[in-house]
Amino acid sequence: MLGKLSWDAIPYDQPIPMAASTVVALVIIGVLGWVTVKGYVPYLWKEWITSVDHKRIGVMYCFLALVMLLRGFSDAIMMRSQQALAFQSPGYLPPEHYDQIFSAHGTLMIFFVAMPFVIGLMNFAVPLQLGARDVAFPTLNSVGFWLTATGALLVNVSLVVGEFARTGWLPYPPLSELQYSPGVGVDYYLWALQISGIGTLLTGVNFVTTVLKIHAPGMTYMRMPMFCWTALASNLLIVAAFPILTATLAMLLLDRYLGFHFFTNEAGGNMMMFMNLIWAWGHPEVYILILPAFGVFSEVVSTFSRKPLFGYRSMVMATMVICLLSFTVWLHHFFTMGAGADVNAIFGIMSMIIAVPTGVKVFNWLFTMYGGRIEFSTPLLWSLGFMVTFVVGGMTGVLLAVPPADFVLHNSLFLVAHFHNVIIGGVLFGAFAGYNYWFPKAFGFKLHEGLGKAAFWCWLVGFYVAFMPLYVLGLMGMTRRMQHYDVPAWHPWLIIAAFGAAIILAAIVLQVAQLVVSIRHREELRDLTGDPWDGRSLEWATPSPPPAFNYAVLPTIEGEEAYWDIKQRAFERLQLRDEPEYREIEMPKNSPTGFVCAFFASFMGFALIWHIWWLVGVAAFGAIATFVVFAWRDEDEYIIPADEVARIDRANRASRRAVLEQMRAAAR
Amino acid sequence: MPAEPAGPPRRALIVLAPLVLAACQPAVLDPQGSVGIAEKTILIDSLAIMLAIVVPTVAATFGFAWWFRASNTRATYRPHFGYSGALELLVWSVPLLTILLLGGVAWIGSHDLDPAKPLPSSAPPLEVQGVSLDWKWLFIYPDQGVASVNQLVIPAGIPVHFSLTSASVMNAFFIPQLGSMIYTMNGMTSQLNLVADNSGEFKGLSSHYSGDGFSDMHFDVHAVPAAAFEDWVNATRNTGESLDPGTYNALARQSINVRPFTYREVDPELYKMIVSQKLPPGPGPDIGQPDRTVSPRTEK
Repeated sequence: MLGKLSWDAIPYDQPIPMAASTVVALVIIGVLGWVTVKGYVPYLWKEWITSVDHKRIGVMYCFLALVMLLRGFSDAIMMRSQQALAFQSPGYLPPEHYDQIFSAHGTLMIFFVAMPFVIGLMNFAVPLQLGARDVAFPTLNSVGFWLTATGALLVNVSLVVGEFARTGWLPYPPLSELQYSPGVGVDYYLWALQISGIGTLLTGVNFVTTVLKIHAPGMTYMRMPMFCWTALASNLLIVAAFPILTATLAMLLLDRYLGFHFFTNEAGGNMMMFMNLIWAWGHPEVYILILPAFGVFSEVVSTFSRKPLFGYRSMVMATMVICLLSFTVWLHHFFTMGAGADVNAIFGIMSMIIAVPTGVKVFNWLFTMYGGRIEFSTPLLWSLGFMVTFVVGGMTGVLLAVPPADFVLHNSLFLVAHFHNVIIGGVLFGAFAGYNYWFPKAFGFKLHEGLGKAAFWCWLVGFYVAFMPLYVLGLMGMTRRMQHYDVPAWHPWLIIAAFGAAIILAAIVLQVAQLVVSIRHREELRDLTGDPWDGRSLEWATPSPPPAFNYAVLPTIEGEEAYWDIKQRAFERLQLRDEPEYREIEMPKNSPTGFVCAFFASFMGFALIWHIWWLVGVAAFGAIATFVVFAWRDEDEYIIPADEVARIDRANRASRRAVLEQMRAAAR
Repeated sequence: MPAEPAGPPRRALIVLAPLVLAACQPAVLDPQGSVGIAEKTILIDSLAIMLAIVVPTVAATFGFAWWFRASNTRATYRPHFGYSGALELLVWSVPLLTILLLGGVAWIGSHDLDPAKPLPSSAPPLEVQGVSLDWKWLFIYPDQGVASVNQLVIPAGIPVHFSLTSASVMNAFFIPQLGSMIYTMNGMTSQLNLVADNSGEFKGLSSHYSGDGFSDMHFDVHAVPAAAFEDWVNATRNTGESLDPGTYNALARQSINVRPFTYREVDPELYKMIVSQKLPPGPGPDIGQPDRTVSPRTEK
């Protein structure tokens, strides 16, 4: 009836997961209870859960990322404290637990923090920047989000029911094969990623279509904001790379469930094939994450330097070159596998070549600041922190691309320091810059600047204190994923690193405080103009928060900096454009398809993990039936009357006119 | 091979360890063999080439950000400066030239330091066959007919040619002070050539995560004068068990924290039987679920 599932699956004897899950359960029950008592359930259902509005979905993606960041970071704190304690001692986390923690940390941070964060920002900003009403396939967008949430849910369920993978965040066979990992941990990993991977692929298809096909009049490709270009490149990579991940994990699933031999030791299986396949996805994945972050920095640096982006065409070219080259370097993840000198050298040089367009980008941001009037707002601080940190991370990356240097640094803490250097210093700083930058657009009030800056400084200092020691440890020959060690020279550096993690904890506390304080003081932080940063791209032409339809009348674009041009003309004439003729707007209807489908997918994933075959059948039927019902829908759009459109747009125009009045007064 | 508790010899080792190890840190930057020395040189050279462009870039970031701050009235505001052909040429050519130089280093280095390439030496290399097991290292000396576990004795100044494989899951063989690491994989042999220039004690380890017992999968490397190596071989031939398929299967079972020991004689075909999978791959956990008894905490 319940397959492999029994009461034994719950780790009663292990206090840490039990305590953690109790706290999480209490928080969830508390939030659900509060929401129910306050009567927010219908609001949440109508306005958020079933929403197909790209802005709402973007916000939910970012929220998911922030919550999962808390979980992933608590894993990080446990790892750092374990290693600080485990000198000639077993520490407090036995290997079977510690191994799950580092595997879960990597999986969560990449798939359920970094990915949803950048996808969330793209969801929110790209259609606005393009002058579109929504993405190409709004309901598909909702399905993509909820399937990602299903994946995150399954990873977290593994905390209390069963175990998570003990194989590292990429389950290299044969360790991940049934023979060496007989538990359900690897199955949790595989099904969580298969389900969320479908969601990611849907997002990729959706955004490639959106960026290529849905534009305001005059928004040609070479007028698109940099963030749209990076989103295009990133989603092209998703479409090209995620099927590889799905296929690779499917092969491992066949090995584990049906006795196939793709990657086993026996019967002609070959683990080297897994490594090639997983990194053929894995390296593009790095650029899927970092390219949108590059886009955010391009927007932020230009806005707060009060200047156009330097070398826009160069930036577009660099982005697309990175997009292409990212598929030609995967072998640098295993120079130490014993491929010949020619192979290693060629992949090493290819990896270095990617540093060229990346270097161009850094220089272009530098020259964007040149001749500017830089305002040190929170988003700009994140961007500056990124530029300095990322250059160091890029340098150590190129160092690891030199095969003979990699022969002594591969898999060491030097490598761990390198990829945290680029992922924290690049992707996460970019996500936080975007979060602070677009928050007022999404919610109509700014985030608290003082707390935002304090959080930034703690993150920056904490990052350096936590990860610079790991570079040193790598040079001392300390390899990654050690549960304990007995080399005295390593110990002090690991204590420093743990201290760095504590500083990052303070940063995260400050970020939570920033959000809470900002919500409480939202009236003082209110953005009445819709353009709080004196922005340059089109999203700042909308009110904050933008209406469901984004633009009352699709704007006509006449230059690279769409909104800046509109603004300049208004300043010259000291009046707005003439009021357009308002018409009714058709918008896609909300749909529970995504949520219901993910509801069934969650049960299907859980049932597959525990071999509860009847439930697999029921849930799979439910998920497919949901799509069939959706496909047979009678009406998929609703009408926003012209009066309503006019009312909203006139309010927006009034706030803009107020700004002009102020300018006119100042000019006198 | 059951898990061995930490006995007195290990405790003695712990007391001595700081003294021995304090001398050999930081490992990768303190190489003790020609391979490691060459790799360190490449590491430092590459770093220097990159620092030549990274340091000015970081300095310029700070400089530009500070000088062009909004409150600085002396800085010239250029609100339309968004393109300059000369600067474009500069921003593309500087990284390109750097990479051209570094690419040369990578190409030459990859060929010179290919792990499979024999090291130049007048003496023929010592052959060692290494096997990573769950969770210990087995070293077979085919020409001497002896073997050791978690302990590698090599003659100083004479190159060692390693043939490496795995009995079960992937691992990586790595002696940080001697240089290059390489993966060990079941059913395959990896080639590695290393040399210790002088006598000394080094630490070796698995640098690829391989499961619960991974953290204890390190081994002691004793580089000794050629005569002392002969003495060690002779002494080894007189003690310990013999390693044949039967004792190998016992050794292949999961165990952690295994104290170093030796085998008096070795079946000459054993390594070949492991690589060709005539001896089946290591069994993994005994019971149908993850084995909690192999964790060090529950063991003590």
